Amino acid sequence: MRISLSIGLAAGLGLSLVSALTMAQTDDFPSKDIQYVIPFGPGGESDISARLQQKYFEEITGEQLIVQYMPGGGGAVGWSQLSGMPADGYTIMGSNLPHIILKPMGKDVGFQLEDLSNFHYFHYSPDAILVRNDSPHQTLDDLIEAAKAAPGAVTLSGSGTYSANDVANTRFQQLADVTTTYIPFKGTGAAVTALLGGQVQAEWGYTTVAANHHDKVRMLAVASEERHPMFPDVPTFRELGYDMVGGAYRGMAVPEGTPDDIQQKLSDIFQQINQHPEFQQEMQDLGFVLLDIPLDEMDAFMAEQMDVYEATARELGLID
Amino acid sequence: MEILSHALGALSPMNLGLALLGVAAGIIIGALPGLSATMAVAVLVPVTFGMTPESALIMLGAIYTGAIYGGSYSAILVNTPGTPSAIATTFDGFPMAKRGDGDLAVTLSTLASVVGGLVGVLALLTLAPLLAQVALSFGPVEYFWLAIFGLTLISALSEGSTLKGFMGAGFGLLLSTVGVAVVGGDIRYTFGSQVMLGGIETVSALIGLYCIPVLIDLVATPESHLKVNEEPRGIRLREGLKHAWVGKLNLLRSATIGTGVAILPGAGGSIASLVSYSEARRAAKDSSSFGKGNPQGVLATESANNATVGGGFIPTLVLGIPGTPPDAVILGALLVQGFRTGPELFTTNASITYTFIAGLFIATCLLLPLGLLIGRYAFKFIITIPKALLVPTIAFMTVIGTYAIRNSVSDVIIMLTLGVVGWLLNRYGFKPSPIVLGLILGPIAEQGFVQGFLMGRASGSYAMMFFGGPISLTIIALSILSVFYPIIKARRAQRRHQNGADDPQQEISS
Repeated sequence: MRISLSIGLAAGLGLSLVSALTMAQTDDFPSKDIQYVIPFGPGGESDISARLQQKYFEEITGEQLIVQYMPGGGGAVGWSQLSGMPADGYTIMGSNLPHIILKPMGKDVGFQLEDLSNFHYFHYSPDAILVRNDSPHQTLDDLIEAAKAAPGAVTLSGSGTYSANDVANTRFQQLADVTTTYIPFKGTGAAVTALLGGQVQAEWGYTTVAANHHDKVRMLAVASEERHPMFPDVPTFRELGYDMVGGAYRGMAVPEGTPDDIQQKLSDIFQQINQHPEFQQEMQDLGFVLLDIPLDEMDAFMAEQMDVYEATARELGLID
Repeated sequence: MEILSHALGALSPMNLGLALLGVAAGIIIGALPGLSATMAVAVLVPVTFGMTPESALIMLGAIYTGAIYGGSYSAILVNTPGTPSAIATTFDGFPMAKRGDGDLAVTLSTLASVVGGLVGVLALLTLAPLLAQVALSFGPVEYFWLAIFGLTLISALSEGSTLKGFMGAGFGLLLSTVGVAVVGGDIRYTFGSQVMLGGIETVSALIGLYCIPVLIDLVATPESHLKVNEEPRGIRLREGLKHAWVGKLNLLRSATIGTGVAILPGAGGSIASLVSYSEARRAAKDSSSFGKGNPQGVLATESANNATVGGGFIPTLVLGIPGTPPDAVILGALLVQGFRTGPELFTTNASITYTFIAGLFIATCLLLPLGLLIGRYAFKFIITIPKALLVPTIAFMTVIGTYAIRNSVSDVIIMLTLGVVGWLLNRYGFKPSPIVLGLILGPIAEQGFVQGFLMGRASGSYAMMFFGGPISLTIIALSILSVFYPIIKARRAQRRHQNGADDPQQEISS
C-alpha cells in the first residue's frame, strides 16, 4: 500500500513536472539537441543539404542538429515510423516530394501523407535532361526529333521508379508527344554512371548533377521557373514551350500531434537558416534552388503539388 | 616533388594524431558486428566540419581504413563478419581460431591489410584517371554478368555439396527480392507487414546467419569457444611474416583483384574478397585445406578488402561516383566542404587531393602497430572471458549493432529470425555464405537484367545487348569456367591417380 502510494505520488509529481516542462518548452525551445532523421542513406542530396543546415542551426539556436539515417524502401521505412516517434519537436524527419505523395498512392506502404506534419520546405533540385558533352543532341529539339523519328529508341536513365525522374519523364513524354525509354537505376549516382559510360543517350537528373559533373555533361533544359544562376546558358522547359516546373523538393516534418507553437518555432528557425547569405551561396554552388515554404503556406503548397502529381500518377497507372 | 610536399603537410603532429585516433576508433567500430565502416564515417562527418579540409579528410580516411580492417577481428574470433567485406575471412580465419591459432590469424590479417591497403593507395595515386575510365565501361549488362559470375563462385567456395551451395544462393536471391523494388517500385513478399517493407538489410542478415548459430552452439555445447594454448606466444609476428612471405604472390594478386573490383561502383569489398579467395584457392597446390584454416585464405581476403579502400576512391574522386557506401559519405562531406571532383582534382585542388592520399597512406601504415596491439587485446579478451559472460556480451552486441544500422527494430526481428533459420539450415549442411552471397548479388543481377532488357528493347536487339560486348563475353567465359572447374580438376586428379602418381586429396564436389 505504502509502496503504491509512493509510486502514485512519484508519478503525480513526474506528471506535473512534465507538464511544467512542456509549458516552459515553447518559450525556450529548443533547449536540447534535435534529432534530424533522414529517411535515406548517407551521401545523397537529402543528406548533403541537411549537413549544410546543421552548421547554421547551431549558430541560431545554440543546440545541435544531429543527423541520423533510416534508409529503406525509398524513404518508406522512415516515414512509416514517424508517427511512432515523440511528438515534442525534438525529432524531425526529412520530407521529400514527390515521394510522400506518390508512395502511398494506391498501395499500403505503412504511412499516409496525413501522418507527416510538414513544417518547412526549404529547397528543390530542378529536373533536367542531361547529355554527355560529346552528344550529337545540341538542343532539346534535337532530342525530341530523334525520339519522334524512332519512338522508344531514345534511352534516358534516371533514379528509381515512380520517382521525381520517372514523373518528369512521363510529363515530358506527354507535353512533347514523344515516346522514350526510361531506365530506372538505384540512385542518381548509378544513373549518371550509365550516362557517362554511354549506356544511355541521356539522363533525367537535376541541376545538382550537372554541377557535380560539369566537365563531362551539359543540360538541354531545366525544369525551374528561371534559369539557374550557375547555368545561365541553359534554357528552362517553359522558355522552350513545355510547361514543366518541378523536381525533387525537400523539407522537414514532425509527427502528427506535435504542438502548433513548436512547429511554428521550428519553421521560423529553418526559415532563418534559409535567409543566411552563406547558406544560400553554398546551396547554389551545389546546384540547388532555394524555396521558402513556411508552416502557414504549407497546406496551400501541398494541395498544389497534390494536383500536379495526381495527374501524373494517373498517367503512370498508379491510380485509376 | 609537389606530391612529396603535400605528403609532408599531412605529417604535421596534429594530422598524425588525428590519423592515429581515426585508425584506432575505426578498428574498434569495425570489429563490433553491425557497426560498419559506413556508419563509422557517417558519425564522424559533423565532427570534421570544424576542422580544416585536410585534417578532416585524413581523419575520415583513417577511420575508414581502420574499420575495414577491424571487421576481420569478429570474423576470425567469433565467425561473424563485422562488415560484409570480411565474409570470406570467416572461411579460414574462424577454423584457425578454433584450433588455437586465432592470434596468428589476427597477425596475418594485419599484415595482409597493410599490403592490400598500400597497393590500393598506390593505384589511387598513380593510375586514378586511367582506371576511372574502366569503371565507365561497365554498364547494366556487365553488372548483370558480374553478379552471375559471383554466384558461380559458390561452386568453388562451398565446402561440401555444390548443389546445397546453389540452393543456399537461391534462397539468398529470394530474400533479396523482399521489400520495395528499385526497378518497378513494386512491393514484394512483405505479406502486408511493415517489418519487411525495407527489405532484408545485408549486414543484419550477416549478423543473424553467422553470429546467432555460433551463439546457439556455444550455449548448447560444453566446449570452450576457442582452443587455448597454454604457453603465451605473443603476437607470433615472425610466424606471420613467414606465411606472408610464402604467400607474397597471393597477397599481390589479391590486392590487385581488390583494387580492380573496387573501381566498379556498387560491386564492393564483399565481391572483391570472395573473388580473391577463390583465386587463391584455385592457385594453391593444397586447395583442399582451404576452408579448414589455411593461413593463405586469410591473407587473400584481408589483402583484397583493404585494397578496396584506395581502389574505391578512384571513381569517387575522379568521376564523382562513389565506389563504395563509405565513399558516398566521404564524398558528401567533401561537397559540403566546398570541394569538387573532376579534373580540378589534380590541378587546382591538388593540395587537398594529395594530402588526402598521403593521409590514407599514413593510416594504412599505422594499421601495422595499432592493429597488432589492439588485435592482441581483442584475442586475449575473447579467450580469457568466461563463456557465461562471452555469450551475453556477443548477444547484446548483435542486437545493438543490428538496431544501429538504420535505427530499426524490424531489422532486429529479421536478424533473430534469420539466425534461427540459419542454425537449422547449418545442421542440414547449408552454409551461410552462399545465402549471403545470393542476398548481396541478387539486386545487382536483377537491376542489371531489367535495365539491360529495357536497353535491348530500345536498341532492337536483346542478343546484341546481352552477348555483344567483349567485357560481357569475358565474364561469361569466366563464369562457365568457374562452374566446371571443380569437375575438370577432379577428372584430372583421377587421371593422375590412375597413372599411379601421388595420392591426391579427393575434393570432388559430392
